[in-house]
Amino acid sequence: MIRLEKRKEPSTFWRIANPFLAVALTMIAGGLMFAALGKDPIAAIRLIFFDPIFSAQFGSFSRPQLLIKSAPLILIAIGLAIGFKANIWNIGAEGQYIIGALFGAGVALAFFPAPGWYIFPLMVLAGAFGGFLWAMIPAILKTRFNTNEILVSLLLVYVAERILAAMALGLMRNPDVAGFPGSRDLRRYEAAHNAELIAGTGIHWGVVAALIAVIFAYAMMTRHMLGYHIKLAGQAPRAARFGGVSPARLVVICLGISGALAGLAGMFEVSGPAGQVRIEFASGYGFTAIIVAFLGRLNPLGIVLAGLLLGLTYIGGELAQMMLQLPGASIQVFQGMLLFFLLALDFQTNYRLRLTKGARI
Amino acid sequence: MILGSINPAVLMAALMVAATPILLAAIGELVVEKAGVLNLGVEGMMIMGACLGFIVAVNTGSPVLGFVGAACAGMALSLLFALLTQALMTNQVASGLALTLFGLGLTALLGQRYVGITPPRTPKLDLGPLSEIPFLGRALFSHDIVVYLTIALVAAVWWFLNYSRAGMILRAVGENHDAAHALGYHVRRVRVFAIMFGGACAGLGGAYLSLIRVPQWTEGMTVGAGWIALALVVFASWRPWRALAGAYLFGGVVVLQLNLQAAGVKIPVEYLSMSPYLITIFVLVLISSGKARGSLNAPGSLNRPFHASD
Repeated sequence: MIRLEKRKEPSTFWRIANPFLAVALTMIAGGLMFAALGKDPIAAIRLIFFDPIFSAQFGSFSRPQLLIKSAPLILIAIGLAIGFKANIWNIGAEGQYIIGALFGAGVALAFFPAPGWYIFPLMVLAGAFGGFLWAMIPAILKTRFNTNEILVSLLLVYVAERILAAMALGLMRNPDVAGFPGSRDLRRYEAAHNAELIAGTGIHWGVVAALIAVIFAYAMMTRHMLGYHIKLAGQAPRAARFGGVSPARLVVICLGISGALAGLAGMFEVSGPAGQVRIEFASGYGFTAIIVAFLGRLNPLGIVLAGLLLGLTYIGGELAQMMLQLPGASIQVFQGMLLFFLLALDFQTNYRLRLTKGARI
Repeated sequence: MILGSINPAVLMAALMVAATPILLAAIGELVVEKAGVLNLGVEGMMIMGACLGFIVAVNTGSPVLGFVGAACAGMALSLLFALLTQALMTNQVASGLALTLFGLGLTALLGQRYVGITPPRTPKLDLGPLSEIPFLGRALFSHDIVVYLTIALVAAVWWFLNYSRAGMILRAVGENHDAAHALGYHVRRVRVFAIMFGGACAGLGGAYLSLIRVPQWTEGMTVGAGWIALALVVFASWRPWRALAGAYLFGGVVVLQLNLQAAGVKIPVEYLSMSPYLITIFVLVLISSGKARGSLNAPGSLNRPFHASD
C-alpha cells in the first residue's frame, strides 16, 4: 500500500529540482505530441529550445528576440508573484497590460509630432498608472464589497480587449492612413520610440525596467517589512491579522504593484517591439506570466530564469511554425503542460510517498 | 424608436438559447463547489467540449454523438484536475488556471482543420400544438431539446442536493470535510465524482456553443463564458434555481446588446459587447457586498485541501 505522508518541512531539494524536472517532462510529452502530429519530435524540440540561441542560421536574428520576449514576461510575473505569495490572485494581468499600453500610447499620440525628452518618461508614468488603475478595480471591489478578485480581474481582461479594439478602430486610429485600423507607428516617432539601447542585443527600456523590478522585488521580499507581511499573510492569515497586518491594505498594495508592472510591460511593448495600437496587440503575455511566476517558484531570481525559458519557447514556437509548419497553438499546449507537470511534481515538496504494510487504518 | 423594432417573443426565445451554455456550465460548477472544490478550469473544460463536440459531430454527422463526445472531453480534462487536486494535493486555484490555459491551447491545435466548417444541424424539438400558441409558442416552445434538458438538469440537481441521501453526503463533504471524514464518508471519492460531473456539464455547455448557438468552431470561441459561469455560481449563492434565474438574466443582457447592435444604435459595437462582462461584475458586487449576504452561503470547506492525516 502506498500512501502520502505530509512532510514536517517542505523539501528544499524538490522545490528547486521540480521546475527542471517539469521542463524535462514537458519536452518528452511535447515530443510525443509532435510525433502524434507526424513531425520529427527531436527536430521540433531542438528547434524550440536550442536553435533560437545556438543555431548559426537563426541565432543572429533570434538571440536579441529572447530579451524582447522575456522582458514583459518577467516584469509581469514579478508583480503577480508578490500577490500570489499573499494569496491574492490577480489573474487579469493581460487586461492591465493592455490598458497600460493604451495609456502610454495615448500620451505619445497626444504629443505627436512634438519633439521633447520628457515625452517618453511621461509615457512610462502613464503606462504604469494605467495598469495600476485597471488593477484598482478588482482591488477596491474586493476591499469594499468583498468581491472575488480572481473573477473580477479576469472578466476585466475581456473588457480591456474590447477597449483596445475600440481604440484601434476609433480614437487612436492613424488619421493619415484611410481604411486601416491601428494607430500611428510609434517606432517612427523619435520622442516616443522605445528603441534598442545597445544595437544587436534586443535590450530596450523594458529590459532595464524588468531588471530593476527584479532587484526591488528581491530586496522587498527579503529585507523589508512589507515583504515579511506579505509572506505572513499568505502562510498564516490569522496570525497576520492579529499581528496588525491589514488584509485590505495588502490587497491594494499587491494588486497595485502587479497592475503597475503589467501596465509598464504593455507600454514598453507598444512603444517598441509592437510599435502601434492594433486589435491583435494582446499576445497572451499576461497569462503566460502566471506560468512564469509559478515556474520561478514566486522567487525573483527564479522568475528571471523561468521568464527566459518561456521567452525562448515563444521564439522557438515561431521558428517551428516557419520550419516545420507546426501550428502556433502547439506552444500554448507546451506552456499548459509545463504548469501541469510542475504542479503535479510539487506533491513531493510537501508530501512523501510511504510504503506501508497491510491495510490502512 | 429602436426598441420598438425588437420583437419580445423573439427576444425571449433568443435569451433562452444564449443562457443555456453558461447555465449548463454553472450548474455543473455549482455541484463541484457544493462538494467543497473550486475548479477555476471551467473555461478550459468548456472549450474542450466545444472543440471535441464539434469534431465528433462533424465526423459522425450526429449532433447527439457530438454532445456525448463533448461531455466525455470535459470530463477527461476534469479528471486531470481531480488527479492533481485530490490525489496530489495541489493548489486548486493554480490547477484550475492550468486547466484553462491547457484547454485553450490544446483546442486551438485540435480544432485547426475544422475552422469554417458548418456542423450538422440540431433539429428543433417538435412540440406540435404548443408551438402554435401565439407569443408563448415562439418564445418558449420552439427550441432544441438541449434547452429543455438543461432546465430538467437544474431541477434534478436541486432535488439531488436537497432531497437525496447522496446529495446530503455531498453537501456534508463540502461544508466540513473533517466531520464528513469522521463520519466515515469518502471525502475524496465524493469530490472526484462531483468534479467529473462538473466537467461533463461544462463540456456540454461548450458543445452547445459550437453546435447550436454559433454554430461554428473558432479558436477561443468561449470568450469568457466559463468565467461568467463561475461568477454565476456566486451570484446564485450556490442555489440551483437562482443559477437558472441568473443565467436567463445574463442571457437577456447578451441578447438585448446584440439586438441594439443590429438595430444600429450609435454606440460602437466594441462598447456594447463589453456589457455582459460589466453586468457580471456589477452583479457580483451586489451579491457579495454586506447587505445581500449571498457570499455567506458559500460551502464551508470551499477551496480547502483535504488530507486525512492532517
